[in-house]
Amino acid sequence: MDKEELCVAFIGNPNCGKTTLFNAYTGANLKVANWPGVTVEKKEGAMRYHKHCFKVVDLPGIYSLTSYTLEEKLSRQFILGDDVDVIIDVADASALERNLYLTLQIIELGKPVVLALNMMDIVEERGMEIDLHRLPEMLGIPVIPVSARKRTGLDILMHAVAHHKEKRVGVIEHHHEEQEAKSRHAHKHHEEYAVVYSDEIEDKIDRIIQRLKQSGKELPNYRWYAIKLLEKDEEITRQMAVDLSDIVTRSYEDDIICQKYDFIEEIIEECLVHKEKKAALTDKADALLIHRIFGIPMFLCIMAMVFFLTFAVGDFLAGGLEEVLAAFTGAVSGVLERAGVVPAVHSLVVDGVIAGVGGILTFLPNIFILFLALAFLEDSGYMARVAYVMDDLMGKLGLSGRAFIPMILGFGCTVPAIMASRTLENEADRRRAILVTPFMSCSARLPIYVLFSQLFFGRNAVLAVDGPAGRIPAMVVAFSLYLLGLLVAVATAFVLGKLQGKKEQSYALLIELPEYKTPNARTIAIYVWEKVKDYLTKAGTTIFLASVLIWMLLHFGAGGFTTEMSESFGAMLGKLLAPVFAPAGFGIWQLVLALISGLAAKEVVVSSCSVLFGISNINSAAGMASFAGSLAACGFGAANAYAFMAFCLLYTPCVATIGVMRRELKSRKLTAAAVLAQLVIAWLVAVLLYQVLSL
Amino acid sequence: MKLNETKTGGIVTVKQMELPSATMMRLKALGMTNGTRVKILNRKKSGSMIVSVRGTRLALGNRITEAILVGGEE
Repeated sequence: MDKEELCVAFIGNPNCGKTTLFNAYTGANLKVANWPGVTVEKKEGAMRYHKHCFKVVDLPGIYSLTSYTLEEKLSRQFILGDDVDVIIDVADASALERNLYLTLQIIELGKPVVLALNMMDIVEERGMEIDLHRLPEMLGIPVIPVSARKRTGLDILMHAVAHHKEKRVGVIEHHHEEQEAKSRHAHKHHEEYAVVYSDEIEDKIDRIIQRLKQSGKELPNYRWYAIKLLEKDEEITRQMAVDLSDIVTRSYEDDIICQKYDFIEEIIEECLVHKEKKAALTDKADALLIHRIFGIPMFLCIMAMVFFLTFAVGDFLAGGLEEVLAAFTGAVSGVLERAGVVPAVHSLVVDGVIAGVGGILTFLPNIFILFLALAFLEDSGYMARVAYVMDDLMGKLGLSGRAFIPMILGFGCTVPAIMASRTLENEADRRRAILVTPFMSCSARLPIYVLFSQLFFGRNAVLAVDGPAGRIPAMVVAFSLYLLGLLVAVATAFVLGKLQGKKEQSYALLIELPEYKTPNARTIAIYVWEKVKDYLTKAGTTIFLASVLIWMLLHFGAGGFTTEMSESFGAMLGKLLAPVFAPAGFGIWQLVLALISGLAAKEVVVSSCSVLFGISNINSAAGMASFAGSLAACGFGAANAYAFMAFCLLYTPCVATIGVMRRELKSRKLTAAAVLAQLVIAWLVAVLLYQVLSL
Repeated sequence: MKLNETKTGGIVTVKQMELPSATMMRLKALGMTNGTRVKILNRKKSGSMIVSVRGTRLALGNRITEAILVGGEE
């Protein structure tokens, strides 16, 4: 070894816990969830173990090493490259039969491989046992039991990696004497390779290897290339460019797959004890959760519960924060006055920064609860089931139920949700999922709903109202917006489907359903903390800058610094565009300006309102009362508020979303068209709602 | 008989699959080859199903289940 650093690649089936293992080693906090296809990009990290330095790489989950999907191609290219020293094949021990298929293919690559049997805790829970003495004998590679969730076996695994870096295949002991006796193929393959194929295929492999050598090819592993050529693998066939038409008379892919699975059956037979003990819990939960009639109502109930918790518990927690903020604002204001700073600076700090950023921070409890609930749903294993529950409905729209996963993730944040659409196999489906996901109501819209629905709706509305608005609870109003977003997304998907035509569509759902498991506290803590951190970072950067910018727009006019807001540049800009929004019921220049600033991030709509209407602590009772008073003075009522919230829901979420859409769609034109469509749809829906509601 | 015509709880053997090659290869990689035993865990009216193949639960859309020929329940 002349290289000091050892490059270790984590590879395995989707949802086998590679990322959890990767996080456990690197201390990174990459997203994990209990549904297949969470990792969509290769991630790198570094770690030390004793005197060894490791570069560890987490690859997207794949089921095989063929070249049918993008992830498989990328992962295969990467591990075939010279950079990788050792491959850690992560297998879900509780679904050993399926995971071993990839293992056998990786062993065939001929690189040093260590098998990490993950989820051993679940195997034990289910009363199964794995023969850890026999398994490595049959595979010829070290097998290390680990539990990434419980962090056991981690050191032993790295120890095995460090010691196995130069060894290819170890001792293999099959009990194949009978087969060997019958075989007319004259090699001792049963001692050399884990998988030995039928005589017909072994003969052909030998002939191909000979042909490759004759043509002067220098390959690290002839056998693997020969097998791929027999499978008629497109990429390898193109690379090798050797005429084999006399040997490869047809694709032997089916035979090769079947014979690998035959061998796996043999392994399972010998190594897995008590395999019939089924996951009874999953069956019971599924009987209810994916019931063919109750499935969809159950899903709606679960989502309603998530939002109930977000509002009720979130608000309960927010009360304390508001008091802290009020005290803080008073203290800072006092200090600044005593220090005798100029009024402009005092105003910037108190009316700009603290009103904007501070106001947003009081919504943190709501955001926290929302992500806590979503984390539970993702880690429990329910998410993949939603794809099945929704499949029929989505099928009518010409989309696979799988496309529903990015849409639900959109309730959290649009940006990762759009990236999750990569797991869709069909390009046309993918594009449509990307285009409709921004309509799903993300957490950044939450502060807007919390604020406006509490101002104008329900018995405790800040603005006492008679008539229907007073009878509808604020929470129901907010939930209706989530449904409205879902409805617009679904309708858009339908229209886009019609535009694309039948030809390009393939709505064949094919997804693996993980077993349910008790959500892991560590996983959830990491997930929620990441989101809270994002929110705080956003408050400190985007929202801070937007608040300062809005404050400047409001306090500078043609004549320089002014205390008269209506003469500021901001007022001019807002007034210019206000007539456009008059039919939707919010042709008020302050609100229009807030909407423009909301393109930076949706929370900015709320922080801008604080600055624009000069309200400190907008989420408190006093703040809301003063805000409601200002709005009421402009003739702004419940119908106006609902139209305004609907517009916020549907118009372009934020610049980050535009960026990720452009990257994933790989088209500026399509992205620009999508943004324009979002604005038009938002405007139309807002106008329609306002006109109908104010009848 | 087609897979979508089978009943919940039944165990059948895959005889033949007539699917686009990408879908078929994915199914095969998941362990569903000709001759594999499949247990039907859940079936919707449309023919979408959850099946158990080699210890894995798979959700299959109706377009896939109607393209898989299976043999007698055991």
